[in-house]
Amino acid sequence: MTLFADPVLVLVMLVNFVVLGTSRMRATIRASAAQGAILAVLPLLVQQEVRWHILVMAAGAATLKGLVIPGLLQKAMRDVQIRHEVEPYVGFLASLFIGAGGSGMAILFSSKLPLAPEHAGGLLVPAALSTVFTGFLILVTRRKAISQVVGYLVLENGIFIFGLLLIDAMPFMVEIGVLLDLFVGIFVMGIIMNRIREEFASLDTEHLAELRD
Amino acid sequence: MSALLVVIAAALSAVSGLPPLLARKHSRGADLFSAALLVTGSLVGLAAVGTAVAGVGGPPLRLEWHLPGALLEIAVDGLSALFLLPLFVISGLGAVYATSYWPPLRHPRTAPLLRLFYGVTTSAIAIVFVARNSILFLMAWEVMALGAFLMVLTEGRRRDVRQAGWIYITATHTGTLALFALFAIVASLNEGSFHLGLLRAGLASSPAGMAVFWLALFGFGLKAGIMPMHIWLPGAHAATPSHVSALMSGVLIKTGIYGLVRILSLFPDPPLLWGGVLLAFGAVSGVLGVAYALGQHDLKKLLAYHSIENIGIITMGLGLWLGGRSLGEPVWAVLGLAGGLLHVVNHAFFKALLFLGAGSVIHATGTREMDRMGGLLGRLPRTSSTFLVGAVAICGLPPLNGFVSEFLIYLGLLRPATSPGPVAIGAAGAAAALALIGGLALSCFVKAFGTVFLGTPRDPATFRAHEASAMTLPLLILSGLCVFVGLFPFATAPLLNRACLGAGLPADVSRAAPLATLSLVQIAIAAVLLGVSWLLARRLRDDVARRQPLPTWDCGYAAGTSRMQYTSSSFASWSVDLFRWALSPREEKPRFPHPFPAKGHYESHVPDAVLDRILVPAFRRGGWLLSRARVIQRGQMQLYLLYVVIILLVLLWRV
Amino acid sequence: MGTYLASIAIHEILLLFMPPLLLGVINKTKAVFAGRTGPPLLQPYYDLARLFRKGSVFSSTTTWVFRAAPAIGLASGLLAAQFVPLGRHPAPVSFEGDLFLFVYLFGLARFFTATAALDTGSAFEGMGAAREVSFGSLAEPALILGLLVLARLSGSLSLGPMLHDPWSAGWLTRGASLVLVAASWAIVLLAENCRIPFDDPNTHLELTMIHEVMVLDHSGPAFGVILYGASVKLFVLGALLLHLLFPFGQLDPGLDWIGFVAGMVFLAISVGVVESITARLRLSRVPQLLVTASVLSAFGMLLVVR
Repeated sequence: MTLFADPVLVLVMLVNFVVLGTSRMRATIRASAAQGAILAVLPLLVQQEVRWHILVMAAGAATLKGLVIPGLLQKAMRDVQIRHEVEPYVGFLASLFIGAGGSGMAILFSSKLPLAPEHAGGLLVPAALSTVFTGFLILVTRRKAISQVVGYLVLENGIFIFGLLLIDAMPFMVEIGVLLDLFVGIFVMGIIMNRIREEFASLDTEHLAELRD
Repeated sequence: MSALLVVIAAALSAVSGLPPLLARKHSRGADLFSAALLVTGSLVGLAAVGTAVAGVGGPPLRLEWHLPGALLEIAVDGLSALFLLPLFVISGLGAVYATSYWPPLRHPRTAPLLRLFYGVTTSAIAIVFVARNSILFLMAWEVMALGAFLMVLTEGRRRDVRQAGWIYITATHTGTLALFALFAIVASLNEGSFHLGLLRAGLASSPAGMAVFWLALFGFGLKAGIMPMHIWLPGAHAATPSHVSALMSGVLIKTGIYGLVRILSLFPDPPLLWGGVLLAFGAVSGVLGVAYALGQHDLKKLLAYHSIENIGIITMGLGLWLGGRSLGEPVWAVLGLAGGLLHVVNHAFFKALLFLGAGSVIHATGTREMDRMGGLLGRLPRTSSTFLVGAVAICGLPPLNGFVSEFLIYLGLLRPATSPGPVAIGAAGAAAALALIGGLALSCFVKAFGTVFLGTPRDPATFRAHEASAMTLPLLILSGLCVFVGLFPFATAPLLNRACLGAGLPADVSRAAPLATLSLVQIAIAAVLLGVSWLLARRLRDDVARRQPLPTWDCGYAAGTSRMQYTSSSFASWSVDLFRWALSPREEKPRFPHPFPAKGHYESHVPDAVLDRILVPAFRRGGWLLSRARVIQRGQMQLYLLYVVIILLVLLWRV
Repeated sequence: MGTYLASIAIHEILLLFMPPLLLGVINKTKAVFAGRTGPPLLQPYYDLARLFRKGSVFSSTTTWVFRAAPAIGLASGLLAAQFVPLGRHPAPVSFEGDLFLFVYLFGLARFFTATAALDTGSAFEGMGAAREVSFGSLAEPALILGLLVLARLSGSLSLGPMLHDPWSAGWLTRGASLVLVAASWAIVLLAENCRIPFDDPNTHLELTMIHEVMVLDHSGPAFGVILYGASVKLFVLGALLLHLLFPFGQLDPGLDWIGFVAGMVFLAISVGVVESITARLRLSRVPQLLVTASVLSAFGMLLVVR
């Protein structure tokens, strides 16, 4: 089963590079949405047999990550008139290199982890690690609040992949965890973005620095 | 017999500087006699190389000496022979070149001294390559370093030259310091003997073995110019007369490589770490060396940075050698060592060719700035065609010699890259680095050849250019050697096999790499290139004969001048931009505050980051700190006596 | 032996005569997308014939370097093609490590094309040469890393065997890295052949071009050799990429040749489609995409080694 999962996971990792390397805000949002949608397929592939709640979970994740959140972000982009460039602190090429290096380390590192035999050969853990790493990288190196949200989404996707490791053992817990996570995620993002917009009429996190003493 | 021949050659070289010094001033006869002595010495030395490679070198030479631990022990094994070959080729050709490049008539004050130092340095390098006793080695090493220092100072009246000289002498003595420690440790591992012989197994991974490795990497790396120990190299190479730069870049920095191979081959079981470290240092030197070269607009500095790049390639080969030995893979080791050592020879040939060619250009134009040259191809026809041969060779392009040695290293990297385990990642990374180095070197030499020889002259001085035959003969011989090694790589197999044997690795290079096939293919490539060019040339012949004095298509802008040609700096700006994070180029841009700005001024430089951004500030800070200590210097006798008493008391108390 | 010689003969015939067709197919595809009839499919052949008949004009600045470069560029492309198998048939020349010679022959062509551009002394051509060599140096690692992936998958050290059906061990286990290498090489193919989105072979805005601007001053037969050489390069790199996309060798040898030709035409159509539906990249983004190509290949290597 994981045989089919591996190409999909490679795709997920490639989307990481796309998110790191593109300069257009809308493109990064779209890429993260695509990543969410691709990930939604994964539970079906990792699972031994198809159960209805897995289907529901896949559908839910796909709608949320692939449509709802990106839609909200696109709307936010329309609402506040901001430049459509990403404006990173670290250049695209450099962040691409760092991301690639991180993915390489993830692959090497996960081959050293004491994993269950059914996960050992696959790409599940490396993909999860590298996606989480990419998420962090975006959170750290990007300036705009919307990019930060994208970073958070990518991070989320990484955690989601990690969750798939447990899907056979405790499916219900995973679902609850995932949904809760998403809920909190949207909540936090909404609050942050609203606050920034109300306060400064823009979505640049650099303005938050003005709040210190 | 070879040992004796090398001693004779060294003696001839050492005395070759005396005639001009003793003769009347500006005596051309004495100068030619000196060159003849050096050429004779070189021929004798080459005979020594020949006998050693043929396996009839005979026993080593041993003489007692009244120094504790020292022994005049001289042996010419394959490894020595391989390094002696470029030494004697280049020193002889350089001497011929110098007769018209730096004649006593034009330089009455410096020329005789330069001849003396050149001969002495050649002789010292020869002894370095054949000494089997570490004390003799170190003595020759010091003579070599000082000889080179004095040659760097040939134009010591210029400030930048003096500065380059001081940096060089500081660097080389720092390296020698490391070597003292290194040889002391090796002697202690060798039961107190200063003979350089194979050590016991199991020593390499001990702390002492590790110390030897790091000291060798630092001490010899400083001489070889492995990044980041390359600080002295660009300045010194640029400051010396060109035939000396050829000797320095072609042979002198290779003494560092020789030392690394000689010392590391004493350990029968190197740990994998050594190979990995050398591979990494090599890749960094290679990529950053060529990146810095791209940023230069001084022709000789550009070539000097390319030496760092090529030393990087050689170091990668050595890393592969060590890695292959640690993992018990003789084929990797052979390919790595043979590739690295062949690159030593090849680099000596094409880099000497390029430095001598650059010397002719500088001689003709009176400047080292590439952006003031241009259009020299018609005025220096032989210099420019041979420079082109050197440029194609140094880029590692087929069918010349640079490709052959890079091919061996690539092939050596390909094997670990296709074998199981994480070694593959390192090998693949190194291969990718080598590919990047090749591509960047290509852009650098397109830039160098294009701005210097092609287009139209940017500066009126260029119009007076001409070439002298004593200066073109060495160029022709060196480019012939580049072509020969490129087309007949199998001919180098005996030399390489014996050199590998000298490094303790029984090898059959022609079995490890398809050298005979490569030779056929290279010849075929050369034939096809020439054939297709000939066909096209025949088709174009009439048009060329009929051609009218027409300008280049100027895209409608009719008032173009030769100053509007693309300069070397603009040519390299893409690549320099890519490496901005490492090079941190300095730019001085004009400002345009009004619609009608005043005259502007633009400048860009790529200073050496290690030297200018790290070492110089660090030393300045250190100097400032030490100047605080001047408080204790009062200049009063009584005070100093008091210090002595205090120190004595402290010492007594400790005891 | 007989079949071997026959396959070599077909290899050479295809190599000599097919490359301009690819340009024709690309142009036709672009014309269809633009709603035009477009030039006939064989137009590149007519162009070449016309150029070979013409006389040429040389600027008085240029030297023999300028006149030798087109020939060297073409010869290097033809020589490099001797190491690449077309379809499942053996390459004419094959030895251990020939992949490096393959890559470096393209380097030789680049060296002389760029040098010839500088020979004219024109600022525009200097610009093109600077771009060409800088971008070329970034494409080289991508190509080599991709070849290393194939070498590792096939366990072979020479180009012919390693390109022979890399899919044979099943695409599920290796598919990921092969797809990565294919993506990386597709980028290299477009960049090295100066297609959109890297360069526009049709514009005559000197400031934005790469390859076209380098050959502004060539005319007549020399320019014909350059055009032909460019199409050979497209053909050779295309054949390289094609081996990753199609599993050859399922059919009998005769049909395999037809399959190869069809595959190349398909590849040309895809290039045409890409050119029609994408805009040119901003010039400063080109290096970034090329580095991405290397990163993709390196990533493919990581997946294989794991």
